[in-house]
Amino acid sequence: MIRVVLPQHLRTLARVEGEVGLEIPGPVSVAAILDALEARFPALRGAIRDRDTKKRRPFIRFYACEEDFSHAPPESPLPEAVAQGREPLRIVGAMAGG
Amino acid sequence: MSSVRVLVGTKKGAFILTSDGKREKWKVDGPHFAGWEVYHMKGSPLNPDRLYASQTSGWFGQQIPRSDDGGKTWEPVDNHFAYVGTPGTHKWYDGTQHPWEFKRIWHLEPSLHDAETVYAGAEDAAFFRSADGGKSWQELPALRAVKGDLWQPGAGGMGLHTILLDPANSKRIYIAISAAGAFRTDDGGESWKPINQGLRSQYELPDPKAEVGHCVHSITLHPSRPNVLFMQKHWDVLRTDNAGEMWREVSGNLPTDFGFPIAVHAHEPETVYVVPIKSDSEHFPPEGKLRVYRSRKGGNEWEALTKGLPQSDCYVNVLRDAMSVDTLDSCGVYFGTTGGQVYASADSGDTWAPIVRDLPAVLSVEVQTLP
Repeated sequence: MIRVVLPQHLRTLARVEGEVGLEIPGPVSVAAILDALEARFPALRGAIRDRDTKKRRPFIRFYACEEDFSHAPPESPLPEAVAQGREPLRIVGAMAGG
Repeated sequence: MSSVRVLVGTKKGAFILTSDGKREKWKVDGPHFAGWEVYHMKGSPLNPDRLYASQTSGWFGQQIPRSDDGGKTWEPVDNHFAYVGTPGTHKWYDGTQHPWEFKRIWHLEPSLHDAETVYAGAEDAAFFRSADGGKSWQELPALRAVKGDLWQPGAGGMGLHTILLDPANSKRIYIAISAAGAFRTDDGGESWKPINQGLRSQYELPDPKAEVGHCVHSITLHPSRPNVLFMQKHWDVLRTDNAGEMWREVSGNLPTDFGFPIAVHAHEPETVYVVPIKSDSEHFPPEGKLRVYRSRKGGNEWEALTKGLPQSDCYVNVLRDAMSVDTLDSCGVYFGTTGGQVYASADSGDTWAPIVRDLPAVLSVEVQTLP
């Protein structure tokens, strides 16, 4: 079971509390996790990445195992600890605003 | 007894204010969509408990929540606003061409003729329609073909902010864009024409006959006279008596030539309301006095309405979608400020009182008169 931590506003949109658990068939990547996340929670479509281009929204970041995967190709494999559910993928709304 | 529901969009959520027909005691419900910018909310005139909201965020993009119970509960509908084909480019601030990019929905306008149809105005400016209550959206791209390459954003972005539907003709729609101007379709959006003749924008547009590029802030009409429109432009208040074919200035004795919202009395088609703001560079009421101006003659002759409004040290703004009227026998007028106040008048503007004082900055105010 893959674990995903959403920021508060996305938890509200998805109507979940705490972490989200997802089953991912095949290689575990940011793209695969977002595909599964959006399939389960359609309200998140467009809120993390562009609906057409799949490009990450500018103020969204992806972290796992204390590493920033925001700029890595979305199909890149995530660490084994994420694939095994020992560590979550953290989707973060960047601090901005001054 | 009739009642009134006031839909308030703010920088940090939505609020629903309700009162009976006396409009003396108000209930404030909210925030809905807390922390999100709510650019606009509006109810269907055919099904008043069907409400739509534009919930938007620089972080998380666009959501369109819909309520079918007057705002008690909300469910998201489709948020996919895709430009048709290759979007192309428009003029950027520096004069170069810039790709069309969807940013948010500024305005939602449920149809007067079909309960499932709703229109949406986007930034970057485009006109969308849903025929299934918001479950899917389609752009009507002919609008952007009207010299769209010459459209240029204003300081607040290139938003399609006004949508006016003709009660007598379901095919006729007026829209306005900052800073492209006003446009009209007579065939339900299949084709459009710019309706900006008579507008004078000498500092930004030296050509007085320029078809596009005018900074229209808001337009309005009275349902009984859909060929007569009133406009608050970046400079001047104007009217047209022929569906926008030609405009004439009716600023008259207004204390400034600048402002954002404009509204028409529910029962007096020649009674018009504006909120003059001091110049385009300061954006607050002149002399620190918050005054609504009313003309009972369709413009040119204006009177200041001040009773109940702050007349000293007031430096709020009133944004373009933040004024509306109810349709009770004694017409109610409402507006919200960037200081978070929503003011109401139950006597056509003669006297005012705040409904609520300390909301986040108000972006939009719409009023529903309920049986």
